[in-house]
Amino acid sequence: MVQFNEKQMAEFHRLVNRYPADKQKSALLPVLHLAQDSFGGWLSTETMDYVASLLKIEPIEVYEVATFYTMYNLKPVGKYMFEVCQTGPCMVRGCDDIIEYIGEKLGIKPGETTSDGMFTLKVVECLGACGYAPMMQLGKHFKEHLTKEKVDAIIAECRAQAAANN
Amino acid sequence: MGVKLLLEKAHVEGIRYYDVYRREGGYRSVEKALKQMSPEAIVEEVKKSGLRGRGGAGFPTGLKWSFIAKPEGVPRHLVCNADESEPGTFKDRYLMEFLPHLLIEGLIVSSFALGSNATYIYIRGEYAWIPDILEQAIEEAKANGWLGKNILGTGFDCEIYVQRGAGAYICGEETALIESLEGKRGNPRIKPPFPAIEGLWRRPTVVNNVETLAAVVPIINLGGEEYAKIGVGKSTGTKLISACGNINKPGVYEIDMTISVEEFIYSDEYCGGIPNGKRLKACIPGGSSVPILPANLLLKTAKGETRYMNYESLADGGFASGSMMGSGGFIVLDEDQCIVKNTYTLARFYRHESCGQCSPCREGTGWMEKLLKKIDSGKGTSADIDLLWDIQRKIEGNTICPLGDAAAWPVAAAIRHFRDEFEWHVSNPQLCLTQNYGLAHYADPIHVPAV
Ligand SMILES: Cc1cc2nc3c(=O)[nH]c(=O)nc-3n(C[C@H](O)[C@H](O)[C@H](O)COP(=O)(O)O)c2cc1C
Ligand code: SF4
Ligand code: FES
Repeated sequence: MVQFNEKQMAEFHRLVNRYPADKQKSALLPVLHLAQDSFGGWLSTETMDYVASLLKIEPIEVYEVATFYTMYNLKPVGKYMFEVCQTGPCMVRGCDDIIEYIGEKLGIKPGETTSDGMFTLKVVECLGACGYAPMMQLGKHFKEHLTKEKVDAIIAECRAQAAANN
Repeated sequence: MGVKLLLEKAHVEGIRYYDVYRREGGYRSVEKALKQMSPEAIVEEVKKSGLRGRGGAGFPTGLKWSFIAKPEGVPRHLVCNADESEPGTFKDRYLMEFLPHLLIEGLIVSSFALGSNATYIYIRGEYAWIPDILEQAIEEAKANGWLGKNILGTGFDCEIYVQRGAGAYICGEETALIESLEGKRGNPRIKPPFPAIEGLWRRPTVVNNVETLAAVVPIINLGGEEYAKIGVGKSTGTKLISACGNINKPGVYEIDMTISVEEFIYSDEYCGGIPNGKRLKACIPGGSSVPILPANLLLKTAKGETRYMNYESLADGGFASGSMMGSGGFIVLDEDQCIVKNTYTLARFYRHESCGQCSPCREGTGWMEKLLKKIDSGKGTSADIDLLWDIQRKIEGNTICPLGDAAAWPVAAAIRHFRDEFEWHVSNPQLCLTQNYGLAHYADPIHVPAV
């Protein structure tokens, strides 16, 4: 059963308290981020139903939102998700080569996850880093001015980090 | 060096933190506004400054503020639009990352002017590390008495909250943003009613861009009249430009709107010219939705006059031969770039971001993407180019929100100015896969200085 622990619950209350007492539905987007971070990086139906019960809204209201915004994952994703921008300004600076290189290196196509569940490759639209292209989002941060060497280093770093955490 | 009002202190060590920011003169505008001015006087000052919204539309900020309804007993809200998702635009991010207190300072003064006791910053979800920076600045401001209850003993209470979006360009549109802030899908509302009458939770609301609200600080410090002396005509003050694409120095620059486009691209103070000795082919001067201009029309207007980096000059010639200042996202393309491919990636962006409420936008953006992909991959026909032109015309002006126009304009301008590059793709289905059309005759080499 999904359930926030004490610390997550405290964060939930902090989020809800930003809005007037009868407007707690407003906290839905931030609470879904919290839920996704807390329960394995994606939103299962069970997680969404749990969020609905906490905010005292209908499950459909949560599904509507979760399916609208691209940052909510409705399927499990790899431990590390490489979200590479492919819009015009990044294209002009060579993002296509970077996407292809990551794909070759990991043996997956955009939209896929490696069989060990470690990496997901995703192509996304402009992330607001056009001047530092090519770039990708990795978790909470951006990796910018990407080169093949930089990509190698990032992949090695993720592997090392995962090994250290195990 | 031009005048700097926003980024003047950006490179001061530690300016992100309260003590340094305050030592450098921060929060003076809050003292002045809350202690010496009435809310109405602040609105007047912003009107005098001539400040125009920096989010893209360029609507006069003081006038917008004067529209806010004040029904008895109903709370009002200020919402800061930090959704920044227009391709080419990354200036608000720079302000928030490096000068968070400047935004918070502007928000306090603006909240006082509008009577907002609870102000929200709606920031795009992908800028996931920035809310921590903003929340720290808010905490520091609060600890020093600039936020919270009874600020500076004036009886004014104000809280600022940061809310993350979750990946949707459309939430930058102000009514979609409000829907999202209410915990819903980002579907734009039909206007009227305008947010100033019925906005967040149906309360009177003003939505302004990050840079607009930061600009309120120098306006209060200098006075509206002094602020208005900077710049030219109706382009007053300074503007942040985020420059990207094929230039030597991509980045965020503050300009005072009197410099020419040519200087902006070629001078070392700004973009530093085009890399590898390449020549300029085209530029999208104000974020992906404004019309693309070929080099000759970018540096000079159709009348042959120098084009400047300000609202009027960039728009000179209308859509026939001009463009727009937009959000200040300045995208430069060199002679090796393919206009069809570039337009295709933008069309794909708008199809991806359409909220799907109106058929012309939902269906039209998909058609445009497919046709552009077809032409780009050498499978298009002349009739496809005509169809593309037809579709964009049928979207424009026929939708609930301006995303439809934003999707139509880049396609229209690309065909308008670069039709022979489209035709060349059609008549060279093999060659176009391995070779670019190049500079061709679009750029007038006489007006394009060597690097
Ligand atoms: C599709 C679309 C996306 C927009 N995105 C943004 C944005 O990311 N940031 C922004 O400040 N304004 C954006 N706007 C403009 C807002 O609707 C609104 O005009 C602006 O926030 C008003 O602030 P300003 O007057 O300070 O510019 C967008 C508009 C549309 C139609
Ligand atoms: S124009 Fe497009 S984005 Fe705007 S409301 Fe209509 S479908 Fe949605
Ligand atoms: S186009 Fe890639 S970050 Fe903007």
